[in-house]
Amino acid sequence: MKTQPIDDFAVHLSPERHESVHSGSKAGHEKRTKVLFEDLPIANDLRALAGAIKQHAIENLDTYLPQIEAKLQANGAQVHWAATAEDACAAVLGIMQRRGATRMVKAKTMVSEEIELGHYLQARGIECLETDLGEFIVQLDGDIPSHVVKPIIHKNRREIAETFEKHGLGAFDSDPETITRRARNFLRQKYLGADVGLTGANFAVAESGRLVIVTNEGNSRFCLAATKCHIALVGIEKILPRDRDLGVLLNLLARSGTGQQLTVYTEFISGPARPGQPDGPEEMHVIFVDNGRTEVLAGDCREILRCIRCGACMNVCPVYRQASGHAYRSIYPGPVGAVLSPLLAGKNFPALADLPKASSLCGACSEVCPVDIPIPDLLLRLRDRGKREGVSSPNTPPMAPWAILATQPFAWNAAMRAGKVMDYLPVELFPIPAVQAWTKTRTLPEWRGGEFRKWLRDRRSPEK
Amino acid sequence: MDLPHRVRPGADRRVQFMATCLCDAFYDEAAAASVEVLEHAGCIVEFPEAQTCCGQPAFNGGDWPASRKVVRHTVKTFAGECPIVVPSGSCAAMMFHGAPLEFEKEADLGEVQAVGQRTWELCDFLVNGLGITHWPGRYPSRLAFHRSCHSRGTPSVAATLTLLRSIDGVELTEFGEAEQCCGFGGTFSVGFPHISSAMGALKLDHVLAAQPEAIISGDMSCLMHLGGLAAREGRPIRTLHIAQVLRDSLVHRAAVPH
Repeated sequence: MKTQPIDDFAVHLSPERHESVHSGSKAGHEKRTKVLFEDLPIANDLRALAGAIKQHAIENLDTYLPQIEAKLQANGAQVHWAATAEDACAAVLGIMQRRGATRMVKAKTMVSEEIELGHYLQARGIECLETDLGEFIVQLDGDIPSHVVKPIIHKNRREIAETFEKHGLGAFDSDPETITRRARNFLRQKYLGADVGLTGANFAVAESGRLVIVTNEGNSRFCLAATKCHIALVGIEKILPRDRDLGVLLNLLARSGTGQQLTVYTEFISGPARPGQPDGPEEMHVIFVDNGRTEVLAGDCREILRCIRCGACMNVCPVYRQASGHAYRSIYPGPVGAVLSPLLAGKNFPALADLPKASSLCGACSEVCPVDIPIPDLLLRLRDRGKREGVSSPNTPPMAPWAILATQPFAWNAAMRAGKVMDYLPVELFPIPAVQAWTKTRTLPEWRGGEFRKWLRDRRSPEK
Repeated sequence: MDLPHRVRPGADRRVQFMATCLCDAFYDEAAAASVEVLEHAGCIVEFPEAQTCCGQPAFNGGDWPASRKVVRHTVKTFAGECPIVVPSGSCAAMMFHGAPLEFEKEADLGEVQAVGQRTWELCDFLVNGLGITHWPGRYPSRLAFHRSCHSRGTPSVAATLTLLRSIDGVELTEFGEAEQCCGFGGTFSVGFPHISSAMGALKLDHVLAAQPEAIISGDMSCLMHLGGLAAREGRPIRTLHIAQVLRDSLVHRAAVPH
């Protein structure tokens, strides 16, 4: 029997990995709920406001992108536009080659994962080192992140200690402080030897040309302080119109993502070092990445571009908790990934068209989303699109026969009465995938087709 | 979820009852109880005989053309002006939210929206449509109330709790992760049987730890899933629609000698 890939992935997930993902995401959700509502009783109003701000921003990119370009240039930064992943990677490489640079330290940025920058640069002889602890471990393992905020949510301490041991970072020791100290000692030397620091941006403000970067480890500050050239990779949907919008978005981002009031570091970068400023990069480049986003913007799922990558939807998602992020076969997992990944895949949509099916449509994701994205509606739109484009979907019962029955009351009522026969047959042996899938773990209730209508008729018949 | 402006009951309290396909096939008790509850509340209950299903299975399954056929049949069947009451948060949400979504580009969107504006989930209708805040009778039982996901963000959860808490004898048990899904999700339950069952088992762990006498819900679909899992896992639990609790509460009252 063919199965849905995500369900199949969950079947084969090791109990250890399942436990890491389940407990990590559940704890993240509980912390988020506590901190968000303790501090902000009006959090749900703020979510709606933040959603409106982001929706306005993405629908007016034609205004805000030229505005931020002018501001960034006035601030002394150089602006680049990348239509595709390849363009974005090439832009980074070009900047490095012009400077004769060969060593990059990079902070955590999802868009760099999306465009697979690390592989691109390494294949061209450039050392590209992840400095976020989670991403560093992912890089050591040759793994991919399984969560947008906690890249190694799928790993436990023992596994991390084994990775460190394997890569010569000390004898096995799963004490978190030891692991952190070892990573720090290793990375500090690397910052000092690097030529270029690469970051993303959580927000890019059009009116001021200000980039905002939030981290908890301070690694992005080291990336900028130790190098002479800062490259920022920014998805075009990261735009906010005004600085004051940050008041809404920053209040929601950390609480939603990590259950913190504010991340440990919130950096506001307004350009390269100014004359007389002792530290900081002498050169700053901002690469705005499209990579399919304008196409998403033109479609009927554009609300997904509001996403600020907090990860709250994956933390709360019961399917993510069972299947883990890697089940989604893309860099953006969970509910947001189930929408965004097939859309960003462009022509390869069919290859990821099963992702939107991996949801009971319970709506927990949209209930926690800090920018109020109606994720279940978007999942449904993509299911419709998959069907229209003829993508086959294992174990989805055919609906055409049902639609015929459900539009012909006589046939419907006959089927209701005839269904009684199911009670006397070994239903679990029916060669119908949907029936087998149900009865493998669940009994069917007793068939009572037509009984309600009979009851109502008897009750209302005048002779009674 | 924004509820559309809703058509309120008229002075004669006439309503059309949508039984749902699940009650038609499996849960006649829940549908019958709903009718009795509505009648107790003074409603004249009409039952459009041509009704079948709200169209949700195909809507969720991704076959929108098939779903739209069934929605059109439902719209035609429920012609009229009065409120439509349905003992399911899920089917109600299909009518006021799902169907308008799949009809966005259709010429008959207006007719679909009009039916959506008339559709109420049962408890929401009793409390917010009819203004009932106290349910008479007695129901001495320890119950676990599962809030179905399709009533998330709607007035149904608060309405249901208002009614249940007003019934003499009802003890509502608390249980962990109450907001988590039961794992059903329509076609999801057969498309993703492993994940669906794991979700349901977690829900059962939480609910059964609270040792209720029954799990109750406004949606038989969740209860079909939880009840089916529980039976197969050898830890059977009674499942009841809220309407059955409301109806039996009246029965118990009647049984008390004056």
